[in-house]
Amino acid sequence: MNEILILMKSEWVLLLIIIIFLFIKVGSTEWKNENLLYLANILLLINFILGFVLNTDGIIFDEMFKTNSLICLEKNILNLGTLLISLQSYHWLKNHKHVAEFYMLLLSTLLGMFFMISSNNLLMFYLGLELSTIPLAALANFDLHKRQSSEAAFKLIISSALSSGLLLFGISLLYGTSGTLNLSEISQHLNGSNLQLFAFILLLAGFAFKISAVPFHLWTADVYEGSPVAVTSYLSVISKGAVLFVFVSVLYTVFKSLGIAWQNMLILLSVLTMIIGNLFAIRQNNIKRLLAYSSIAQVGFILAGISGCSQLGTTSVIYFILIYVFSNLGAFGVVSIISSTTGKETISDYKGLYKSNPFLSWTITIALFSLAGIPPTAGFFGKFFLIMSAAQNGNYLFISIAALNMVISLYYYLILVKAIFMDKNEQAIEKIHVPILPKIAMLICTAGIIIVGLYGEIYEYIFKLSFGY
Amino acid sequence: MENTLQSVPQNWYLLLSSFLFCIGVMGVLFRRNAIIILMCVELMLNSVNLLLVSYSSYAGNNDGQVFVFFIMVVAAAEVAVGLALLVSIFRNIASTDIDVLSKLKW
Repeated sequence: MNEILILMKSEWVLLLIIIIFLFIKVGSTEWKNENLLYLANILLLINFILGFVLNTDGIIFDEMFKTNSLICLEKNILNLGTLLISLQSYHWLKNHKHVAEFYMLLLSTLLGMFFMISSNNLLMFYLGLELSTIPLAALANFDLHKRQSSEAAFKLIISSALSSGLLLFGISLLYGTSGTLNLSEISQHLNGSNLQLFAFILLLAGFAFKISAVPFHLWTADVYEGSPVAVTSYLSVISKGAVLFVFVSVLYTVFKSLGIAWQNMLILLSVLTMIIGNLFAIRQNNIKRLLAYSSIAQVGFILAGISGCSQLGTTSVIYFILIYVFSNLGAFGVVSIISSTTGKETISDYKGLYKSNPFLSWTITIALFSLAGIPPTAGFFGKFFLIMSAAQNGNYLFISIAALNMVISLYYYLILVKAIFMDKNEQAIEKIHVPILPKIAMLICTAGIIIVGLYGEIYEYIFKLSFGY
Repeated sequence: MENTLQSVPQNWYLLLSSFLFCIGVMGVLFRRNAIIILMCVELMLNSVNLLLVSYSSYAGNNDGQVFVFFIMVVAAAEVAVGLALLVSIFRNIASTDIDVLSKLKW
């Protein structure tokens, strides 16, 4: 009993917070939105801090649920990202009627992701995945009166249903050929037969849908544009990050023996994802769509790192996602503030932003530099390790394509920076008063971008934890 | 019970459920009515259920059958949310034809 309490403590804490919000919602006292938001952020901060204590290894529930220090680290990264998003969405939620519901849905998806990361059984994995996607569709529809929002939500639920169907078919074939649902037992029953390879391809397609890798990326930009900015940033950072964590661990532990087969598939996916993500990002005019395609391109780089298949692969992916949380949330934080105060979302609206809002301009610029991978920022180191991991295969054509794509991506990030700093604009965005909570989130993001890159201990720490995974 | 299930060769189950699954996928990709799309998603999930039950019988353990129950539950939840969203769309555009949903595009 005690073991269940301690090993699942991150899940228990989240569940407790969800129940608190449920009681607040059904209770008779009317809460003011400001107070509710402060309470939510304090609870999330406590949740984040509790993530660092009492971390033990273990397997419970008939080998369904496993945890170890690497998994705890991954959960902490997701907790941090959720806290930052919650701080940033203060300005948007302040005038919204359904704050308690927002947090209930948001934290249920986070709970689903935690179960998914900790799963050691395909059933557990599937349930976690569904718990993390179904409430997200409801969240995407959170601007109830907006047509784009409901359109985005419907596209999200249909594409996630399709992808989980593919994933399930793969799971059932895998179960049929190995006779078990337990992930560590499946890895002993892999023999590389055609049916198993087919099952693997279906699983890969299901995963590729969730992380929006290229032949399966079509839903991404539409959903990102239509959803509220807070949900968009959650989709692009937390949901994607969680699936990538699971993807790495499933590939490296379960399918290790089929390594040669999937490395080439991943290289192909990665090249397609990088090129198409970057080329489509160039022609975007809406800043949320631009960031959507840029996040597709970033996934291409992460897939490149995964194709290395070694301890360096795991480390570089987790390290990059940590950096990606800071840099993408830095960019989305600014977009969120500007969109919720003025409703402006196109690149031409950002012209001359520096004149009126220097703080916002510097925050988004540093974040974009980190996304592009310009040296003093952390993004450079993240991409450096990913490409180093990809280089282990000795496929230099692939490395050069990745390097070329970094140059292409610079183009559209710098166009935005140029618009902010150099272009003149008659109707520039006026001076925006940034509330204290979003300001804190932006400062944390900026500090994270600089510190994570320069402080080498963090990389060493992740490398040490990921030994053997 | 087990013998009845096993009186049909295992490959036939695989063929039947692959066939149903393909119909489901094609329906999701090519039909234009949102409700039919949701029905095709159900068809995909149910073909998986069939496959899991037959495999479970042949493998001699119950894991697959337990999985089927969970898939049913999740499918119900998914359709509940999907239909709720459809109602919200219908309020905005007064149609369930997804071709009208092209406000967002590249």
